[in-house]
Amino acid sequence: MIPVTSARSLSEAYAILHQRPRGLRVLAGGTDLMVAVNARAGLDRIGHVLDIWKVPELRGISGAGGSLRIGALTTYTELMRSREIATHLPALALVSREVGAWAIQNRGTIGGNVCNASPAGDTLPLLLAAEATFLLGGPRGERTVAAHEFFVGYRKTALGADELLLRVDIPLIEKSHLVYRKVGTRKAQSISRTIVAVRKLAPRDVRIAAGCVAPIPLRCRNAEKAVAAGGDVRAALEQDITPIDDVRATAVYRSRVTGNVLLRLLG
Amino acid sequence: MKHIELEQQGAVGRSPPRKDGADKVTGRARYLDDLNFPGQLWGRTVRSHVAHGRIREIVWDAAFDWTDVVRVTAADIPGENVVHLIEDDQPMLAADVVRHREEPIALLACADREKLEEALAHVRVEIEELEPVLDPLRSTVVFKSYRIEQAPQGLAQAFADARVIEGTYRVGHQEQMYIEPQAVAAIPREDGGITIYGSMQCPFYVHRALQRLLRLDDSQVAVIQVVTGGGFGGKEDYPSVISGHAALLARKARRPVKMIYKREEDVAATTKRHPAVMKYRTAVEADGTLVALEAEIVMDGGAYVTLSPVVASRGVLHAGGAYRWRHARIDCRVVQTHTPPNGAFRGFGVPQTMFAIESHMERVAVALGIDPLELRRKNALQIGDELPTGQKLTSSVSAREVLDVVAARSDYARKRKEYGRSVGEKRRGIGISLAFHGAGFTGTGEVKLKPRAGVELTDRGARVLSVSTDIGQGTITVFSQMAADALGLALDDVEVAENDTSKMPDSGPTVASRTTMVVGGTITRAAAAMARILQGYVAQVHDVPAAEVSCAGGIFSARGRALAPFAAIAKRYLQERGSLRIIENYRHPPEIRFDDATYRGDAYPCYGWAATAVEVEVDLDTYEISLLDVSTATDVGRAIHPVLAEGQVEGGTVQALGYALLEEHVWDQRGRLLNTRMQNYVIPTALDVPRMHTTLLENPYPSGPYGAKGLGELPMDGPAPAVVGAVLHATGKLIPEIPLSPDRVMRAVLS
Ligand SMILES: Cc1cc2nc3c(=O)[nH]c(=O)nc-3n(C[C@H](O)[C@H](O)[C@H](O)COP(=O)(O)OP(=O)(O)OC[C@H]3O[C@@H](n4cnc5c(N)ncnc54)[C@H](O)[C@@H]3O)c2cc1C
Repeated sequence: MIPVTSARSLSEAYAILHQRPRGLRVLAGGTDLMVAVNARAGLDRIGHVLDIWKVPELRGISGAGGSLRIGALTTYTELMRSREIATHLPALALVSREVGAWAIQNRGTIGGNVCNASPAGDTLPLLLAAEATFLLGGPRGERTVAAHEFFVGYRKTALGADELLLRVDIPLIEKSHLVYRKVGTRKAQSISRTIVAVRKLAPRDVRIAAGCVAPIPLRCRNAEKAVAAGGDVRAALEQDITPIDDVRATAVYRSRVTGNVLLRLLG
Repeated sequence: MKHIELEQQGAVGRSPPRKDGADKVTGRARYLDDLNFPGQLWGRTVRSHVAHGRIREIVWDAAFDWTDVVRVTAADIPGENVVHLIEDDQPMLAADVVRHREEPIALLACADREKLEEALAHVRVEIEELEPVLDPLRSTVVFKSYRIEQAPQGLAQAFADARVIEGTYRVGHQEQMYIEPQAVAAIPREDGGITIYGSMQCPFYVHRALQRLLRLDDSQVAVIQVVTGGGFGGKEDYPSVISGHAALLARKARRPVKMIYKREEDVAATTKRHPAVMKYRTAVEADGTLVALEAEIVMDGGAYVTLSPVVASRGVLHAGGAYRWRHARIDCRVVQTHTPPNGAFRGFGVPQTMFAIESHMERVAVALGIDPLELRRKNALQIGDELPTGQKLTSSVSAREVLDVVAARSDYARKRKEYGRSVGEKRRGIGISLAFHGAGFTGTGEVKLKPRAGVELTDRGARVLSVSTDIGQGTITVFSQMAADALGLALDDVEVAENDTSKMPDSGPTVASRTTMVVGGTITRAAAAMARILQGYVAQVHDVPAAEVSCAGGIFSARGRALAPFAAIAKRYLQERGSLRIIENYRHPPEIRFDDATYRGDAYPCYGWAATAVEVEVDLDTYEISLLDVSTATDVGRAIHPVLAEGQVEGGTVQALGYALLEEHVWDQRGRLLNTRMQNYVIPTALDVPRMHTTLLENPYPSGPYGAKGLGELPMDGPAPAVVGAVLHATGKLIPEIPLSPDRVMRAVLS
């Protein structure tokens, strides 16, 4: 039996984090973690579960002060229903609609998507292209990490063992426009084959990110530069990405289609 | 729908609520997982981690506490170590050689499921690895081969005179993905026998397999089917394996043992649809007349024979498609590879060969510049035509009719013209296919099996007696409708007996689109015989001529005068005479004859016919195919229950569209299946189901009950090649291999 502590407030959660029990794992919506538990994957490495589902400080969305602030526990359903998201970043509501299906959307959180750090996490290219920052916090205090610095390796993040992701902040930039395309395996309950997001600030000033084409969700800087310079974007993208063959698609497919989709999104 | 007369009285042809419906939607239905047995243990399977090898030793971790864990190996088997089916080559537990990954080697049982999982992690099997054969084309072990020939002396000349068109077509594995995984419970009995409760299609397969395995006589085994969450063929033969395992554990433990596979285990270890490589060579005249066919079909049987001979046989018998050929030579072999045995799956060999011939028809249409619908219409079988076995079709042929209905319904002609001109990154196309499917067992199967089924009188009506299972397709309801009408009873007064091999007549397995037609027909005859007996009885009691007594709506009457309610007569009869139980043998139409040795004759008593039109949009950025619209026309002989019949067509069509577009197993170089989860073995979700237009046609089969013929498998046969045709129309590329995954579409489009 694995002990589970359900925190009711951030300070209760921090108290557990402070004790640093062995094999501590955070549980938000559980839609990634419980899949792993069910498959008994890494089960023996889980010594204690800290359930943060009922921590009120981690909920809520606000669009004040030049940035969109999204609590880590915000679910996909909440993203889809939020007026702030609809006004400032409708793409995030649209991508939420394409995550899993209803049950997952009701339970899965943006914070879980970020901390799980799968290269196929659907919100992650959007957050990278939108130049989001992540507010992390723990008993030792708070700090902010830029999205592109957060993902450090295959499913590895900058999150400390005694830290939680508290909030996702997205700078609001006038007249910028975020677009994306998810290419999945079917119409629901679909893991991406590739996913591309582009934030357009000006015709030649864009931010580009992609999922499923590298060990981490990837900011595609070469492609961005090529757009700025009016160069060969597809060739530049090839310099950014390192796709592999897996059960969902071949590397050849991923690189071709990521290029096609990117060019189409750039218009 | 060709019409169901509205003025009719009976239950047949109407769509009453399913008898099992309320229990299923309210959660009252008890599946195996819901059943618990006093003192029960849970069972688990120790499996091979290599595809081919020689077992050296089973190592039980000495540091682990095994006291409350029951362990079984092949050495514990009291009878023969076989999974009894056709060839008996598959061991119940591998003892020396393993021939596929996940092959069962040992069994564990424990009351505590957590401890059981731990125990499993403390068993290690040392296996000396041997080179696996994974490519069926390189296999030298042939389980079975067939050749069908029609006027073969003219073949060479036909190919010399006409245009020759060739193509090779490939299909991979397909997973049944029933919602409820394999599940059984075994209860040891005082008499040394065993009782099995389980999720299954064919209780007597399990019954006989247990007799062989445990050396038991007929009376020592009872197999009871519980509410079953889908089968699709995947619960035809595999339940014999898991039941055997549970029984071995239960006998050793002397306690009930329950085994329920996890999804990943189920997908990795159990049977799937046979992959196939099919080479077609045809001679065709310039006007589109098909002249001669040569085909060479290789199916991958997996590690053991299991049902492969019959799957291949049905496949080869349909390999010419629903067309007229003057000359044909069709060869088929099913071979061994070191992968889990492939088995039954809705369609049973036909989706493979129908994919090949129908895709080939697309190739022919392109080569000759003929519209693919016209090509099919021109060559479609009609009354009086012969199949490659020499079978002359004498009734119930609807090939042209289904094509015409679907063409009209899908607005084929207009779309064919319009979509041909589409440009840009989204391309639309429409494709059409024609399929047919033999109903009932192949060849002499029914005659050899001698299926039996019947009815017995209850104090309010009748009870249907058979072992034909309801696996979601509606057997309980349909049997009740047929018996109710034969007896003149209300549907509510007919029930269906629990499916128990120790009590029920052997009506055969629930497979081969035979249940409604063959078993339903037998039940209908038994019910009619019972009706005659009761009419005689009523005549006697009420002193009227027997010929004038009839029963309708549960009331016996004569000359328009009501005599007595059925229930009153039934009670009185039972009081006086004890019981009334009528078991009939299936009566095979005597004119239907087949020669198993030469493969000449009438392989099936009748055929169902179906046409499918599929409209797609292909995205040339992502190479994804979206389904816009699917129309089907299906001749079922008679729709006993139209809603259930449409459900069969629509469900089967979706399953076939999954086969066409999504479903693909990925294996590594050593024969390990890499996608064993519903997340990565992708079947369609509700959102993937396109708009569907379903038309049922009723061209009766004269020897079928109420005209009904088999339906369950037919919808699986046609959609995949229709998708191929639609993609060809949209992109100009014929992709001869399914699934039409974006990867495959990309390679074709860029080629
Ligand atoms: C059927 C199904 C379909 C799915 N479909 C999709 C899909 O289409 N697209 C997609 O991107 N994902 C999909 N997922 C994955 C999953 O739903 C998402 O990644 C989801 O956002 C995870 O959120 P969660 O709250 O459930 O995370 P959890 O499972 O609770 O946690 C995931 C990981 O993040 C850590 N964690 C969570 N929150 C925090 C926090 N605030 N601070 C620190 N660590 C934290 C946990 O310790 C754990 O390691 C699917 C999952 C399932 C089961």
